[in-house]
Amino acid sequence: MGPQAIDRILKKYDYEHFAIIAMLQDLQDKENYLPEKDLEYISERLSMPLTRIYRIATFYNAFSLTPRGKHLINVCLGTACHVRGAARVLDRLKMALGIDVGEMTKDRLFSLETVNCLGSCALGPIVVIGNDYHGQMTPARVESTIKKYRKKSPRKKDEKD
Amino acid sequence: MKRINNPQALEEIREEIVGSRDPDKPCITICSGTGCHAFGCERVTEAFEAELKKQGLEERIDIRTTGCHGFCERGPIVVINPQKIFYQRVTLKDTEEIVSETLRKNNIIDRLLYSHPQTGEKIVKEDDVPFYKGQMRIIFGNNGNIDPTSIEDYLAIGGYKALSKVLTDLSPPEIIDMIKKSGLRGRGGGGFPAGVKWESCRNAPGDRHYVICNADEGDPGAYMDRSLLEGNPHSVLEGMMIGAYAIGSDEGYIYVRNEYPLAVNNVSIAIDQLRECGLLGENILGTGFNFDIKVNRGGGAFVCGESTALMASIEGQAGEPRAKHIHTVESGLWDKPTNLNNVETWANVPLIINKGVDWYTSIGTETSKGTKIFSLVGKVNNTGLVEAPMGMSIREIVYDIGGGIPGNGKLKAVQTGGPSGGCIPESLIDIPVDFDRLTEVGSMMGSGGMIVMDDTTCMVDIAKYFLNFLKDESCGKCTTCREGTRRMYEILDIITRGEGKEGDIELLEELSWVVSEVSLCALGQTAPNPVLSTIRYFRDEYNAHIKDKRCPAGVCKALITYSIDEEKCTACGKCKRVCPSDAVTGEKKVPHKIDPEKCIRCGACITECKFDAIEVA
Repeated sequence: MGPQAIDRILKKYDYEHFAIIAMLQDLQDKENYLPEKDLEYISERLSMPLTRIYRIATFYNAFSLTPRGKHLINVCLGTACHVRGAARVLDRLKMALGIDVGEMTKDRLFSLETVNCLGSCALGPIVVIGNDYHGQMTPARVESTIKKYRKKSPRKKDEKD
Repeated sequence: MKRINNPQALEEIREEIVGSRDPDKPCITICSGTGCHAFGCERVTEAFEAELKKQGLEERIDIRTTGCHGFCERGPIVVINPQKIFYQRVTLKDTEEIVSETLRKNNIIDRLLYSHPQTGEKIVKEDDVPFYKGQMRIIFGNNGNIDPTSIEDYLAIGGYKALSKVLTDLSPPEIIDMIKKSGLRGRGGGGFPAGVKWESCRNAPGDRHYVICNADEGDPGAYMDRSLLEGNPHSVLEGMMIGAYAIGSDEGYIYVRNEYPLAVNNVSIAIDQLRECGLLGENILGTGFNFDIKVNRGGGAFVCGESTALMASIEGQAGEPRAKHIHTVESGLWDKPTNLNNVETWANVPLIINKGVDWYTSIGTETSKGTKIFSLVGKVNNTGLVEAPMGMSIREIVYDIGGGIPGNGKLKAVQTGGPSGGCIPESLIDIPVDFDRLTEVGSMMGSGGMIVMDDTTCMVDIAKYFLNFLKDESCGKCTTCREGTRRMYEILDIITRGEGKEGDIELLEELSWVVSEVSLCALGQTAPNPVLSTIRYFRDEYNAHIKDKRCPAGVCKALITYSIDEEKCTACGKCKRVCPSDAVTGEKKVPHKIDPEKCIRCGACITECKFDAIEVA
């Protein structure tokens, strides 16, 4: 993100140190993750040690220091989803994507993450891809669900791994 | 909306809104909670709008999108008012028929009605559905009647009447006295008397006092706070404003999970509306009371549900709890006296002021007054949010309201209190649910999650699940919690892999004692509860894993094998197609077989088989 765009975020919170979590949330909303150079810039602008920003960014689960794929897949592992077999759905997703939780596929299409509860327990096991909720998920439906997103975003020819 | 400068103006506006509305005008009410959203209610709403336009009925029929009705299992839910006809699982295809049949000709569409699971009888009205009939929806009921983004809707049902009453008629000590006498206890888990907390905070010296609404609902399997904030944000804000006035605070915070985008959105809209009409800001209703509220989005750390960690997070720090020899009511946010209550607690406040202490104390048990919203989830037919008076038995909640266990399953246990709670076995489900009885049986109320487990739920696996959660969510400050939960998880993992040995249970019990005694905050202190309660009531299941190398529930992968019942198999080939490891073999018309060497026990064949032919042993 450009310095001006970052400054707009910082200004929104009056450059107040206590708003650092909200600032990082806004940055991540735009960038999908927290790029190192942006954090360095924020540290400089706020006169806040980079170590402190790093501590916040690694303490809170919602932040990611590595880039995420185009489609973020979140598997709910809340208790309700767990008793309805969420772990089996997650296993199947790992297999289908060939990545572990917290990783991104080589084609940068998918990132796989887990969340502790989305509060949509009636639909469990639930998988959220981007903003789409896929309820009552089964291991058998994993492949076909992912396929839809592969189709939605055909790889550009100039895209590299 | 124009500014509301005094109590009379508030009443005038209310009369104006109520007067402009015809209670008999037909209205299509569409549930737009997160559950129904996931079922596609937005598209259903658009289809209704288009259909009304097409049939030229826009002027004669209203559409209202409301908050969560609670019966999430049956979404998208549509209620036709004023008759209160309850349609469930409404799809795009049904909208045309609903408009032309029900709204035009008053014909009821049978197939969209809820049918009683036992008798098969079709039920027309929302209130007659067994799921709602057994409930007492004093806090949650309005969710289905109002559009959460409309302050007019909230005013029309008597909103901000309680605020106006306390600001004009009651002194802060009188309000605190009312809350104390009402017996209202904190709904976030601890169950501490709210009035006592308010009083301590009011009396604490300091130039500034803060009030906080804890909406960092982290317990997996609990979502009542989210649904309240989404569906009726003004009721929570009104409670906070009354509390702030009683305590002497001019600034409030709502700390809400960022995983709840709709709640963040709706509560932010509500705050903007209040500022616009002068119900938040300076000199509210001309009484000299100043108050404003800020929204803080959480960062996805479970420990931030703990009060001191939450306050550290608002201050922009890592959310680590501190020792509480000095309470937060004396020194909390920015070292000022701070009163923190949970969403549901705040939502109870306007009700107590409006309806009075006598009415409120007539509901509930001796030590727990009022109602509690539970999220009834897991292996139960009617999944959803249930508001029941304190003291109702678990059996009534699971069977009468929840409609029992799906399929041929048998109730095994009910887990309450989230990761800090415990599992209550089937033999104890007749106990009345209140703060104290749940604690007596080794669990706790927590924020109200109620997860139903049947005989296909492995209790050792559940204990492992919670310890996995807690080891990840431990903030790391206390060694016992950071390392202890990890060691306990490892032991449970070994047991579920079939490598457990004699003495493991005793070692878990010993570790539990240390973790709970030495850790600083409730996360660590209660972390062993899921382990201790499952050992207490399901010791034989632990022994089956350790001694017989067997998982009776058929969950722990290392201890089970899949096979196909030749009698039941019709050789349809579905399992063969979905098997990711080519473990299923068999020709057409010949019962299939599973190669145990190749089988990875992923469960795909079980969910696909329509004939119940896959056996797990």
